[in-house]
Amino acid sequence: MQKPNKIKAFFLEIGELTYFTKRFFKELFNKPFEFNELLKQCYNIGNRSLLLVGVTGFIIGLVITLQTRPTLEEFGAESWMPSMVSISIIREIGPVIIALTFAGRIASGIGAELGSMRVTEQIDAMEVSGTNPFKFLVVTRVLASTLMLPILVILGDTIALYGSYIIENLKGDVSFLLYFNKVFDALAFGDLIPATIKTFFFGFAIGLVGCFKGYYCEKGTVGVGLAANSAVVFSSMLLFIIDFVAVFITDIFFEI
Amino acid sequence: MNEPLNISDTTINLSTRTPILEIKNLKKSFGNKAVLNGFNLKLFEGENLVIMGKSGAGKSVMVKCLVGLMLPDSGSITVMGQDINALNRMDLDKLRTEIGFLFQGSALYDSMTVRENLEFPLRRHKHKFGNITDTEPLVLEALKSVGLENTIDLMPSELSGGMQRRVALARALILKPKIILYDEPTSGLDPITSKEIIELMRRVQQQYKTSSLIITHDVDCARVVSERMILLVDGVNYAEGTFEALKASTDKNVKAFFK
Repeated sequence: MQKPNKIKAFFLEIGELTYFTKRFFKELFNKPFEFNELLKQCYNIGNRSLLLVGVTGFIIGLVITLQTRPTLEEFGAESWMPSMVSISIIREIGPVIIALTFAGRIASGIGAELGSMRVTEQIDAMEVSGTNPFKFLVVTRVLASTLMLPILVILGDTIALYGSYIIENLKGDVSFLLYFNKVFDALAFGDLIPATIKTFFFGFAIGLVGCFKGYYCEKGTVGVGLAANSAVVFSSMLLFIIDFVAVFITDIFFEI
Repeated sequence: MNEPLNISDTTINLSTRTPILEIKNLKKSFGNKAVLNGFNLKLFEGENLVIMGKSGAGKSVMVKCLVGLMLPDSGSITVMGQDINALNRMDLDKLRTEIGFLFQGSALYDSMTVRENLEFPLRRHKHKFGNITDTEPLVLEALKSVGLENTIDLMPSELSGGMQRRVALARALILKPKIILYDEPTSGLDPITSKEIIELMRRVQQQYKTSSLIITHDVDCARVVSERMILLVDGVNYAEGTFEALKASTDKNVKAFFK
C-alpha cells in the first residue's frame, strides 16, 4: 500500500525537522561561535540575492501599479494609488514574493552545497578536523539567512515603491515628494513591524529547510538534485503556512 | 567469536611490538543487515596493515567507527590506550589530531584553495598547535612531502584526481599524526597514478614514521605497501598473514581475492 507509507514518511520528516531545529538552538548557544564563517555566509547569502531581489521588487512595483491603475481611474480614485500600492507591498506582496525568490535561490543553493559536501565526505572530513560541522555549516547558514532576508525585503519593498512611483509619474504626472508623502501617510507601524518580524521567520525557515535537506542528503548525484529541489518546494510551502499564522496573529494584535 | 584463518608466516614477529590501535569484537548493523559481525584488529607501531574486502564488506564502516564518525553497535575500539566510544567531544578531537584520514574521494573542501584546505585542520585543532598565526611553513612542508608545493593557491577543481588525492594526503599529514587511515587510496585512479600514490604512501610512512591502516581492494596496492593483511569477509576477519602467504593459500575464499 503506497498511501500509508507516504503519510508515514511525511510525519517522519516533520519529526526529523523538529529534531534538527532543536539541535540548531542547542548548538547556537554553545561555544565556539563561528563568527567569521557567519559574516562570510551573510555576505554570500545577502550579496548573492541582491540583484534578484532588486529586479523582483522593481517589477512588482511596476506591475501592481500598471494593473491597478485602470480600475482606480474608473472610480476617479487615482489619488489612492500610493496608499493602496504601499500597503499591499509592505504588508504582504513584498515579503512573500521576495521570500519566495530568496527561497528559490538560497534554499536550493544551500541544499545542493551541503548535499554535495555530504556525498563527497567533506562533512566527515570537517568532523575529523576538529570542527563541529553542524555549527560550522548549519548554524551559520541558518543565522545568515534569518538576518539577511529582512534587510533584503526592506530593500526590495523600497525598490518596488520606486517602480510604482515611476509608473505614476509617467501616467499621472505625480511628483516624487507627493508620491512618497502619500505613501508615508498611508503606512503605520502596524503595517511595517509585523511584516518585518515575519520575514525573520521566513529567513529562518528557508535556511533551516535548505540545511536540513542538504545535511541529510542521500548518496549520489541524484540525492544532491533531490535535496536542492525538495528544499525549495518544502521551504516555499512552509513560507505560506508561516505567512498565514503571522497574518492571523497580526490580526489579533494590530487590528488590520 | 570466529577465529580467523591464520596463514602463518615466519617473517613477521609481532610479539615484540606494541599495538597502537586495537579493535575487539566490533559489530555494526544497518537495519537487518549486519555489516560488521565481530571484527578484531591490532595495528602495531610503525606497521602498514592492509584490510582487504569486497565492496560493501564493511571496510569503510569499520574505518569510520575508528575515528568516531559512526557509533558501533557493540565492541571496543582503543586508540593509543584510549577507548574511542568513552571519550567526550573535546578528548575525541584531541585524539583525532593523532589520526590522519585519507578519504576515498579525497574530500577536499571545494570552496577553499589548497592552502585553506591545509590550514583548516591546523587552525581548528588549537590544542595541538595553539593559535597558530604563520601557517605557511607547515603548509609548504606538507605540500612538499607530496611534491605539490606549486599548487598552493589553486582550487581543488583545478587539480587532477591524482593531485587531489596527494593534496588530501598532505592535509592528513599536516597534523603530524601517529596513525594514518587510508580509505581506498587508489580507487578511481588510472594504473600509473595509482602506482604514484602507492609509492608516495611508502615514502610518507618512512618520512613520518606513521602506522598505517590501508583499506583497499586493489591487489597491487596491497602487495606493495602491506607488511600484514587481514581479509574481511562477512563482517569478520576471515584470514590474516603476509601478502605472499595469503596469495599462496589454497583456501577458496582467500584465492578469490588474488584472481
